[in-house]
Amino acid sequence: MKNSLRNALALLAALVLPVLRALAQAPGADTPEMADALRQSGKIYVVVAVIAVVLTGLLVYLISLDRKIGRLEREMRD
Amino acid sequence: MFLKTNWWKALAVMLLLYTAVAGLLMPVPRLAILNESIRNLYFHVPMWFGMTIILATSVYYSIRYLRTPTPQLDILSHESAKTGILMGLVGLATGSIWARYTWGAWWTNDPKLNGAAIAMLIYGAYLVLRSSFQDEQQRARISAIYNIFAFAAAMPLFFILPRLTDSLHPGAGGNPAFAKYDLDSDMRLVFYPAVIGWTLLAFWVTQVACRFAFLKQKVYEKQLA
Repeated sequence: MKNSLRNALALLAALVLPVLRALAQAPGADTPEMADALRQSGKIYVVVAVIAVVLTGLLVYLISLDRKIGRLEREMRD
Repeated sequence: MFLKTNWWKALAVMLLLYTAVAGLLMPVPRLAILNESIRNLYFHVPMWFGMTIILATSVYYSIRYLRTPTPQLDILSHESAKTGILMGLVGLATGSIWARYTWGAWWTNDPKLNGAAIAMLIYGAYLVLRSSFQDEQQRARISAIYNIFAFAAAMPLFFILPRLTDSLHPGAGGNPAFAKYDLDSDMRLVFYPAVIGWTLLAFWVTQVACRFAFLKQKVYEKQLA
């Protein structure tokens, strides 16, 4: 479990690092409209944070269900 | 599915969090009409990938059930199918929202859309069929057979028939879904992890549902004994 956690964190770092490149993206003139203002003001990070918290909450709930069922399984075995 | 290890659940958590963060922050191609809604690719399309994989798993357990009929295999097949149906319905709903703001209508008479809707109805009939039996063995056997036919009917409706005619939807009407102008290398960096993450989540939910069903069955057996 320790090892898998470390591997997972390394994977997450490897995946998230390229996101920084997004900051270097500059909008050109005469291109289709994108949410550039939302990005420049930084409010997009608020949305990302909220989504991350909601997702984390749901996943924690799933993990707790998983563990509760695991406990029941052990109880039923003996 | 009954991997005793938990590493793949940790992987699912990591990939889903990554999908949410990178899916909103990573650069995407600047395309007219689609604009920022192109990011739906990380959420709408993985539903269908996950659905296909989990429905195939359901068929696998159905075939194994027909070879060696045990209640466990029936539960595995049933719960997998239920997760697949849920993902398909979420896929239809998200696709409908996306269609409203890019194609201008909640639903178009597109072969890809109608094919997917018919396939979901076929799977809806699977659930109705299951609930119409009193006898457990009969229910398990007949729904296992129906499940195989449902999969065989649904897959052409999703992936083959829409390619034979004109369609707005990518991956239909001769439009390859993953041509280089649809999916650039930046998007692949999020899309593939997203597909793996959502698929693993589907397996996780299914595994928890199956373990719960097994426990319920054990409790009933104890009460009868």
